[in-house]
This record gives sequence, C-alpha cells and structure tokens, in this order.
Amino acid sequence: MTSAMVLSALQVAAAGPAKRLLTMGPVDWVIVVIYFIVVLAIGFYLKKYTSTGEDFFLAGRKMTAWIAGLSFISANLSSLETMGWSAMAYQYGMLGAHAYLIGAIPAILFLAVVMMPFYYICKTHSVPGYLKLRYGEGSRALAGISFALMTVLVSGASMFAMAKILKLLLGWDIHASIWVASLTVAIYVSLGGLVSAVFNEVLQFFLIWLGSLLIPILGLIHAGGWRAMMATIQENVKTIHPTLPNADFTRLWRNLGSFETNPMGIDWFGMIFGLGLAVSFGYWCTDFLQVQRVIVAKDLRAAQNGTIIGAVLKMCVPLIVTIPGLLGLAVLTNLDGSPMVLVPESDPRANITHQTFNDVLPLLMGKYLGPGLLGLGITAMIAGFMSGMAGNVSAFATVWTYDVYKPLLVRNASDQHYLNMGRWCSVLGVLLSIGTAYLLFAFSNILEFLQVLVFFFIVPLFGVVILGMLWKRTTPAGGFWGFLTAIVFSIAMWCFVHWFPQGYQPQPRIMLDPGTVVSLEKTRDQLAEKIAKVVVESGVIRTTNVAIPVEIKDPSLPPNSRRIRMVRAGQLVIQDTATLVGSYTRGKDTTPVQVLAPEVVVSAAPGRETGKFGIEGVPVVLKPGVQVYAAEVSQRFNPAAFNPDHVRYIARSEKAKPMAVNMYSAFWTLLVSMGVAVGVSLFTRPKPEAELANLVMGLTPIPREHGVPLLYRPRFWAAVVAVVLVAINIVFW
Amino acid sequence: MQSEHQVPIWLFIGVVLLIYGVLIMGVGLNNLAVPSQVQIELQKSWPDAPWLFLHADIWWGALMIALGAFYCIRFNPWKSNR
Repeated sequence: MTSAMVLSALQVAAAGPAKRLLTMGPVDWVIVVIYFIVVLAIGFYLKKYTSTGEDFFLAGRKMTAWIAGLSFISANLSSLETMGWSAMAYQYGMLGAHAYLIGAIPAILFLAVVMMPFYYICKTHSVPGYLKLRYGEGSRALAGISFALMTVLVSGASMFAMAKILKLLLGWDIHASIWVASLTVAIYVSLGGLVSAVFNEVLQFFLIWLGSLLIPILGLIHAGGWRAMMATIQENVKTIHPTLPNADFTRLWRNLGSFETNPMGIDWFGMIFGLGLAVSFGYWCTDFLQVQRVIVAKDLRAAQNGTIIGAVLKMCVPLIVTIPGLLGLAVLTNLDGSPMVLVPESDPRANITHQTFNDVLPLLMGKYLGPGLLGLGITAMIAGFMSGMAGNVSAFATVWTYDVYKPLLVRNASDQHYLNMGRWCSVLGVLLSIGTAYLLFAFSNILEFLQVLVFFFIVPLFGVVILGMLWKRTTPAGGFWGFLTAIVFSIAMWCFVHWFPQGYQPQPRIMLDPGTVVSLEKTRDQLAEKIAKVVVESGVIRTTNVAIPVEIKDPSLPPNSRRIRMVRAGQLVIQDTATLVGSYTRGKDTTPVQVLAPEVVVSAAPGRETGKFGIEGVPVVLKPGVQVYAAEVSQRFNPAAFNPDHVRYIARSEKAKPMAVNMYSAFWTLLVSMGVAVGVSLFTRPKPEAELANLVMGLTPIPREHGVPLLYRPRFWAAVVAVVLVAINIVFW
Repeated sequence: MQSEHQVPIWLFIGVVLLIYGVLIMGVGLNNLAVPSQVQIELQKSWPDAPWLFLHADIWWGALMIALGAFYCIRFNPWKSNR
C-alpha cells in the first residue's frame, strides 16, 4: 500500500459517521439568513464612506476607544478559537484559561502602555510600515511578504477547519460553506474596507457573546454552581482521563512544578517565558491583524484605552470558552448517567464510537439550546469565523498594498489607484484563502505546519520591533539580521523536533473497509462489555506497519512442519487463517495496534447489522479469502510527531508534550532574534538620531497624562486590569 | 467613528438584537404550549429543573429585546437630527 493509500485510509476514519450533532429548524435558518443580510447591507451602506486610501485602509482614523477595543478582540475571537479552547479546557482543565490570562493580558497592556505611543505617533499604517521607518526597506519587505503569506495561509486553514466543522455538526456541504461565508466577507470588506470590517466585527462581537454566554449560565445552573461543578469534575476525570487520575483540573498554577504533574506536559518556566512572554507578546504586540484594529483610533489615548478595553474583554473570554470545556467534564453524560467520554482526534475511537474533544461545545449547544437559541449559537460560530477572516483579509489588503505593491512594484500611482488595489486585494486574499483551504483538503498534513506558522514570523518580529522602540542604538542591519536569523532558527528548530534520523514508524493500524464482515469476541468486566478479539470473515483490510503471518508451502519440509513468513508490505489474499497480534513490544515500550472499523457488517448481530468500532490492543484473526493491502511506513520527517530525543534539547525534558515544545521554541526564537539584533548592532552604524524621531524611546514626544481625569488615563486602567489579573491567578492558584 | 450623516454601528446592532430577541422570545412563548425536544430531554434528565432553566429562550429573548431597544433609542440618528 502506498502512502497515498494510507492517507486515504486515515481520511475515512476521520470522516466518521454521517450523523449530525445538531439539527436546525426554520427559525434557526431565519436567524442565520438575517445575519448574512445585515453584514452585506453594512458593506453596501459603507461603500460611499470609503472614497480615499485612508478611509479604506485605516478607517479614516476616526474610531472611538470602544469600537477599537471591541474590534480588537472580535478579530481574535474566531469560532475556531472558541471551539478549540473549549476542547483544550476539556483536555487540560483550568490550564486552558492561561491563554486568556498570562498568555494575553500582560502583552495587551504592554502594547497599550509601552508600544502604542510609538506606533501611533509615527503615523505608520502597519507594523511592516514601522519597520520601514525604523530599519529600512529590507526589513519591511521581509515582514510584509512573510505577513501577507502567513495571513492567507492561516485564513485558508481556518476556512478549511470551519467547513469541516459545519459538515460534521450540521451536515452542510463543505463547498457551500466555504464559498458562501468567504464571498460574503470578500464583498463587505472590498466595499467598505477596514470600516466595514470593523463595523461588522463589533456586530459579530455582540452576536458571539449573546450566542455563547447562555451555555455557561445554563450549564452552571445544571451543575449546581461552581463548587459543585468542580467537585463533579474531580470525580469524573477518573473515568474521562484515566491516565491522569490524580491531576488537578481545577487550578491554574499548582500543578506546573514539572512536566509530568499536569496534563499539558509543560512546566512553569515554559508557561511564563514561552506562552506569557514570547508567544503572547509576539502575537498581541506585533501581529498586524491585531495592531491594525487599534492604531486607527481617533487619537493616541483612544488607541491606548481601546487596547485596554480589549484586555478586559479578553479576560472575560474564559466565561464562554473555558467554562464550557469544564462543563463538558461535569454535565455531559451517557443515557445511563455515566460521564460521557470524549477522546482526542488521534484516538482509534474518534468519530467512530466516541465524539472528540472538539465536539464539547457543539454537544453542549445541542443539550441546552432549543429552536431559536440554536440559530443564535450557530450564528455566533459563523460570525466568529467571518470576523477572523475579515481581520485577515483587511490586514492582508493593507500590507500587500502599502508594504509590497507600493514600495516594490508601483511606486508613484494615485491614491485612487491604491484604493482600487486594496479592493481587489480583499477579493484576492479571499480567493487565495479558498485556494489554501482546497489545498488542505488534498494535503491535510500541511495543517500541522500552518499551526506553527505564527511562531516562525511573529515572535522574531516582536524581538526586533521592541528593540527598535526601546534602544536607539539598534541599527538597520541589526534589525534585519535579527529578524531573518530568528525566522531561519525557528524553522530549523521545528524541523529538528520532527526529524527522526532512525525513522519514525506511525502506530500500527488495521483499517477495515466498509462492508467487511466481522464477528466479535467480547468479555465483560465490572464496568462494561469489551471487544477481546476481532475475526474478519470476509472483505478487505488495509494495514500499516503490521506483520501478517503467511504460511509458505514448501514440499521439502517434513509433514506437520510449517514455515511462516511475516509480510509487512504488499497485496495478498489470506490462504490459511492468520492471527495479527494486538501489540508490539520493542525494548520497554509496548505499542498497541489500532483497529478502525467505521462501517462493517457484524455477522453475529441480528440481521447482520452494520456496526462500527475503533479499538486498540486486541488480536485480529483473518479468515481465508480476506484481501489485505499492507503498507510499511517509515518516515525521516513527520510534522505531527515529536522526536523525544530531540525534544529534550529544546524543552529541557523528553517528557515535554507538544504544547511545551512550541512554547520553548518560541522562547528560544525570541532570544535569538534579540541576541542577533543586539550583536550585529554593536558592530554596525546606527541611524542618526534625527531620523529616529517619533520612533524610539527618548526621541519620541509621548504626551503626559497630567491634567487628564483619572478615569481617562490609560496607565490607571492598565494598573487596574493588572491587579485583577493577579487576583484571578491567586484565587485559582 | 461615523461621519456626520453616517448611521452609527450601534443602531445596526440594536436593530439586529431587537429582531433576534423578538424571534427567540416568540419561539420561547410557543414552546410553553408545545415544548421543544431539547426541553423534553432536559426535563427527563432533571425533573425538578427550574422554570428559568427550561425556558431560557423567553428571558434571553426578552433580554435581547431590551438591549436592542436601548441601542435603537439611544443611537437613533433621526432623533438627534431633529
């Protein structure tokens, strides 16, 4: 079997059952349709107000603090974010909330108080635009091209994931989901530019919250309140996460003493310096998608206060993300009242007999939201997807037009020319995203790569931007080489942890084709009935890294003697009954064999019913006549697998899990970025101070807050938010 | 952030919330007479469930109507032009 066949086998398993999790009624449809009509109407209405480049790309620099803050958070609050981090909370408990606390708030406050004055006073239109002013054209081109590329790829990945989710949840056609949602975004962004994107993001913010907030409210009532929910969780995790019976799912810091004492496989150092410093500051302070929302406020104080409003709203997001994930551990039950067990996508039972972690939010929606409210919840999901995409598209249009097209391709055209280019770029950005989404359908393993793309570009960018703002000695050469070296270093680190010099063998797997006839031998223990052996009576199976015993007919052998050959690759038809072992032992490690059967015929069932199961570690008996396609896969490089021998060099321990590896990688990348920038700067000539005015601390006239009423002072509110952040961390320590 | 004669975004939000609130509350009132499948399932699993828990569509719809009406009145551009 070729690798393509292996991939197709995996996709069958991932596609899972055709059953929908949610069913929409007429009122739900009306609510969704009204939403689409309104967002398009806003786009058409605002077209007449975007007549210049500044209107289109910078919303005329007229936004109030509230609109800037709501838009800032809405652009970040995509539906994948809410569903993904709900799944994280189900998997990691309260640790999932770190993304909204230490993983966001310090960085947002830093952006508001320290960095925003430089972005705003230098009147840049984008983050790459700041690099041009501070370091020159080379850094701007590198940042502009990498950002444009990243934006389109990430947007496409988001679209791909969203279409799959809508297909699984509602049975919607994947192509229709992609084209309807994307073209709607393309229309309203190309018509009204950033104004339209921001207006819709504010609307989407309200819909996301009103569509999502009811779940934690009803869930907490159902669970008997916070304390009762936590008590139930600690009881249920013994069943739901049996490998972590003693882990505390209800605390933020207590179990971060080492990599082994928490389900995330990370320690406090990785959490603080990886997530809290490198990833968080990189994303919130230099990702132009975010920064664009606030640098277009009507004045500096509005930009700063808008950012702080964003921090407050971000701190509230765990209410609609983390609590639903925790509720999944407490209130989702089977018909017999036992806790419902959701599994990761990699589990053999995923989407066959069990729902996955990613389904926790939709399951709660189905449980609590009746007609009308379900439509609102679905609208919230679609609104989240579209706000994230509109953010990407408007940022792409700005960066492409101002930082790639204008300086590198057409320098001295009219404002109208660049405005038209921005409109077309909005459509182009959507089309490129759609192309990426379709590419992912064909090559789904690229997704692993795209998920870490942000670390490659954003973290190095932060290192050189912050040095540029705070240290006037940083030179253009230092900025450029610090940025480029850190990008290369980051990519090299990523390759290193996914590189297997000895070859990586994916977990052994047996996939039963639809229609294959099986009989099942079962045993019963105290808890439930379990499959102990699978007997394949007829049909087709596809194996990966499984040894199939085949008897060799040799007339020279004495009677009653048998000669067995182990076949690992090729196509064969079983002649004599063969038994495939349930697990392989190599050294101290035992690897179970996965058996996936999404649609088989169970011969012993009444009327030979169709059945499905996904199990591992049980023997499989193949009867004569069964057709086998066997493949042996050994990879030098696998973007989905981490080499523990290499991981320990990056994350200080071979026990570190993927999340920890990413956080540590980001931390080292930041150090390299800043270290190289400082080193090169010490040996190269800095810019004259006259050219650094309004760009660097000490050479920028930052307005004082004296005389400003306390309630309008950014520093005051930043301090209040910081105190609240500390208090939350202490309460949930 | 609006230009002089531009309809504020808050008005759009108010109108949408008002329409959604009316729809959701209307469905909720209808569910009083004919309970939805979700309500039936919830009541099965929790026979003593409080009224507010089972009829969230009514009070959530009412909340959206109130919020929508507030934004419509507060940010009505025609009122301020008079």
